Amino acid sequence: MRSDHALHDKAPRWLKWLAFGGLGFLHFPILVIFLYAFNVEESAYSFPLKGFTLRWIHETFARPDVLSAIWLSVKIASLATLVALALGTMAAAALYRRHFLGKEAITLMLILPIALPGIITGIALLSAFRLADVPPSFWTIAIGHATFCVVVVYNNVIARFRRTSYSLIEASMDLGADGFQTFRYVVLPQIATALLAGGILAFALSFDEIIVTTFTAGTEVTLPIWLLNQLTRPRDVPITNVVAMIVMLITMVPIFAAYSLTRGTEDVAGSGK
Amino acid sequence: MATAVQFQDVSRVFDKVRAVDGISLSIEEGEFFSMLGPSGSGKTTSLRLIAGFEQPSSGSIKIFGQEAAGVPPFQRDVNTVFQDYALFPHMSVLDNVAYGLMVKGVDKKTRRERAEAMLDMVKLAQYGERKPSALSGGQRQRVALARALINQPRVLLLDEPLGALDLKLREAMQTELKALQRKLGITFIYVTHDQGEALSMSDRIAVFNKGRIEQIDSPRALYTRPHTPFVADFVGTSNVFDSESARAVVGAQTPFSIRPERIRIVDAAPATDAVVVRGELIDIHYLGSVSRYEVAGPHGKLITVVQANGDEEVSRRLEPGAPVTLAWERHAMHLMTV
Repeated sequence: MRSDHALHDKAPRWLKWLAFGGLGFLHFPILVIFLYAFNVEESAYSFPLKGFTLRWIHETFARPDVLSAIWLSVKIASLATLVALALGTMAAAALYRRHFLGKEAITLMLILPIALPGIITGIALLSAFRLADVPPSFWTIAIGHATFCVVVVYNNVIARFRRTSYSLIEASMDLGADGFQTFRYVVLPQIATALLAGGILAFALSFDEIIVTTFTAGTEVTLPIWLLNQLTRPRDVPITNVVAMIVMLITMVPIFAAYSLTRGTEDVAGSGK
Repeated sequence: MATAVQFQDVSRVFDKVRAVDGISLSIEEGEFFSMLGPSGSGKTTSLRLIAGFEQPSSGSIKIFGQEAAGVPPFQRDVNTVFQDYALFPHMSVLDNVAYGLMVKGVDKKTRRERAEAMLDMVKLAQYGERKPSALSGGQRQRVALARALINQPRVLLLDEPLGALDLKLREAMQTELKALQRKLGITFIYVTHDQGEALSMSDRIAVFNKGRIEQIDSPRALYTRPHTPFVADFVGTSNVFDSESARAVVGAQTPFSIRPERIRIVDAAPATDAVVVRGELIDIHYLGSVSRYEVAGPHGKLITVVQANGDEEVSRRLEPGAPVTLAWERHAMHLMTV
């Protein structure tokens, strides 16, 4: 590291432009969707906008197919998140301290669903459900989503466990608390924000998942699948824009919330002493 | 007096490491008992075996006559002060202290009163509403003590509780701990690697080495009559002579130890029946009230001598490299069995 050059602290101008250009390129399409969700025109993308309207938002919420798709996605994401919270926490608790034969394999198996391409997970789930003679339904979608939601919770919780002094648990047991009391009064408060962050991320992941859903949904229409179907129906473009905006808001806001939650606890966690 | 804790041939094996290797001991009720040893000597594992965090691989542990194997920590009548204090960071100091009562289902009013009384005892009455993170190291230490004592255990386990404190605070806490133990009259089992701490507080000390106990004795006996070279060396400083260097110095094969403060630097060999050794002064360490002299004796055997600094004649005259004559009384030597 050289500290004698103040010059090095500043990036050259071309690099800055390139960076902002890259960000703009990534987010411009999203901005377009937000803009045209409020456009007066029905199907044309003319610029500048002809006028501003909230008509499409009203229309969207009057459409039963949109509403049922949103409701289905919310239900699936909630169930997948609950399953992920339970399984992810248990997996983290089992794996963070003990060393045993096959531990690495189990860790890999837990993480694999999020590393594998969705299409592989999807096909695998589909053939597994076929083999077990389980017809595609709300439940098969939720189970499919839970496979990759578990990882998110597991990662958050195990990171928190690693930062938490194990002697807290021993102290609780030492003072007369049994396993359940120790979990309720000591472990749960310690991992609460990690659970919240992991849960929110899992919910957001499930809410806009499409690939695995396609294989496990059968005739059920989740919100992302509804959006995909819209591609063949150009007349509904403004409504599609509104729905896309809703998906983004529902997934983005919680992710920011999760980020600020885990960031805030970073320095607090070390104060176990 | 009843026996508080009894180990009978207890071992604890981790993978292939014998952390505790066939230990037998018995600790009396009301005793201040220290487990002293270097890190990895098995003292902390022994403490954890009493607390119930570890189970013995073999042997029997009895707590007040009852077999402890298989009894979980939360059903044992012992409490622990942890090395890192292990205060619950999300609870106030008062809730931390009251925790033991809370999980037992004691009503809110009673546990508040008793927790406040406990905090009062450790002189932290005004700190109940604070979070542990808002306390100093010494204050956290007292909270940990109050929390461990609220269930009125018959045995209190302390795992190097003063390790994280600075010297002055550590000395003050030693006095307080000892006074507290006398007042409560319960058994304290104290794990430490600091021999000074163990010597100043304990009724008896067990010296641990490599998973075994070298010697269990009173501080005085441990210091004046160490049974093994390890004890002689670990408890205080000592000059340990193995059989070879013993023969060179005193002409007998029996290994012995002699404390540095029992050796004198003399001008001429005294007429009495003293052991006299000639050597070369290697180094002088001035330590305030005393000076420590390193002397190379016969066959290069390094001998440490400690003398009070009152005698300025001696200190002025001696320079590293000078020939010196050492002398000690035969009865000051401690012959060892090993």
